[in-house]
Amino acid sequence: MSQIDKTQEEYNKLVKKYQPSDSKVKNFFSAYLVGGLICLIGQIIIELLVGTGLELTDAASYTGLILILVGAVLTGFGVYDELAQFAGGGTIIPITGFANAIVAPAMEYRQEGYILGLGKQIYSVAGPVITYGILSAFLIGVIKLLLG
Amino acid sequence: MKKMKKLGQQTVKFIDPPQVISSASIVGKKEEAGPLGEYFDEVISDGYNNQKTWEQAQIKMTEDVLNLVLEKVKLSKDQIDCLLAGDLLDQTIASNFVARKFPVSYLGLFGACSTMAQSLAVGGMMVSGGAANQVVSFTSSHYQATERQFRTPNEYGDKYPPYKQWTVTGTGAMILSNQQGGVQIPSATLGKIIDLGVKDPNDMGSAMAPAAADTIIQHLEDTGRDPSYYDLIVTGDLGEVGKSLLLELLLEKGCSIQDNYDDCGVMIYNSNQKAGAGGSGCGCSAVVTASYLLPQIMYGNFNKVLVLGTGALLSPLTFLQGETIPCIAHAVVLEKTGQLTPGIGRPSIRSKLANKVENLSGNEG
Repeated sequence: MSQIDKTQEEYNKLVKKYQPSDSKVKNFFSAYLVGGLICLIGQIIIELLVGTGLELTDAASYTGLILILVGAVLTGFGVYDELAQFAGGGTIIPITGFANAIVAPAMEYRQEGYILGLGKQIYSVAGPVITYGILSAFLIGVIKLLLG
Repeated sequence: MKKMKKLGQQTVKFIDPPQVISSASIVGKKEEAGPLGEYFDEVISDGYNNQKTWEQAQIKMTEDVLNLVLEKVKLSKDQIDCLLAGDLLDQTIASNFVARKFPVSYLGLFGACSTMAQSLAVGGMMVSGGAANQVVSFTSSHYQATERQFRTPNEYGDKYPPYKQWTVTGTGAMILSNQQGGVQIPSATLGKIIDLGVKDPNDMGSAMAPAAADTIIQHLEDTGRDPSYYDLIVTGDLGEVGKSLLLELLLEKGCSIQDNYDDCGVMIYNSNQKAGAGGSGCGCSAVVTASYLLPQIMYGNFNKVLVLGTGALLSPLTFLQGETIPCIAHAVVLEKTGQLTPGIGRPSIRSKLANKVENLSGNEG
């Protein structure tokens, strides 16, 4: 017998052989199903609000707020991350996913206090989205300005 | 007179083997629901364990297991010469903070999930060499506390790959002594760092398998033994993926262990428990060894067992900086002494194993 003398490339190939992977097709459809369902629920809320006589733009704003609330409450009850194991991108992309990304660290870092724990870490997951969201909004603004 | 002897490259042989006189474990609900559930001494109520934070929950659970392991053999804190421990939390706080309640010499160790085997090997050298009469080796891990340190907040909805492992909530402690015990440690092999370039922190099993393979080969070479010398060779927390990789790596070197090999991470959960590729964490090999393997060995269901603690020595920082994961595996040999000690095994397990042994000998007679 001798020592383990595989190169990194050889070992990498071996790892790929044994590493199970989720079916891409299944992931695609479960994300489509759940993401689509969340959007459908949003659309139903908009229609209901418009039905009560609200302007469409106001109804859309209220719908965003309601979905954020739902995402936050489901995170608090520990349901959202379970759902995400099935839905993947389907629960990350909609606005409920953003609520989850804010509430999850807020719940967790409360243990270190409200100022330096929760206050500091609340954007630990959503931070990159906010940073690069602002940057891309700026770039689009510049392009719009240039195109007149 | 020599008390220890170096064998080959990395192995220490204890001429007067240190004895395990007591062992105890405390686990979470999920571990209790697994196939080895009945073996564990105590179970905590939930992740918080009646504390304010997950870190404190881990500290409390570890403190309780230390008191339990002493209580089982009616030893007081001042009869212990040294504590050897480590864990996964930054600066190994779970172990350090527990030790402040024990006015005893303390050695903090860090071997990530290899800590149980590491602390048994170092403790064994202390007892065998005469530096201490009685030491306690212990370690712990906690799902939520570990998850948030190494990955994302617990409630954050990111999708885990199927090969990710589940950090065991659990703590195990063992007392090594120069007095007669139920199980002894005749030798130990200290591992070296092996890194075959795995970067994915969700795939610890693949990262650690080469280190485990290296230590197994080295141990067999140093001792001149064949894998069949052992009734069981068991790794700490390679999980399903790492287990298959280890078998293949060893087979390539002409070493076949599949008939007597298992992994604590695979043993601790049922396949329907949504634990991914199996358990991981310092607590994984600690609770399985303390509460399952030791009683089985003491009652002779296994006579000789090679236990490997497997550790992935990464930090969340090194992963972001694109580093690969250095890994290590330490091995200790656990052997039946033929004596029964009251400290090993829960009362219900002891009577079950004792009956089984009697029945077996009855049949043979």
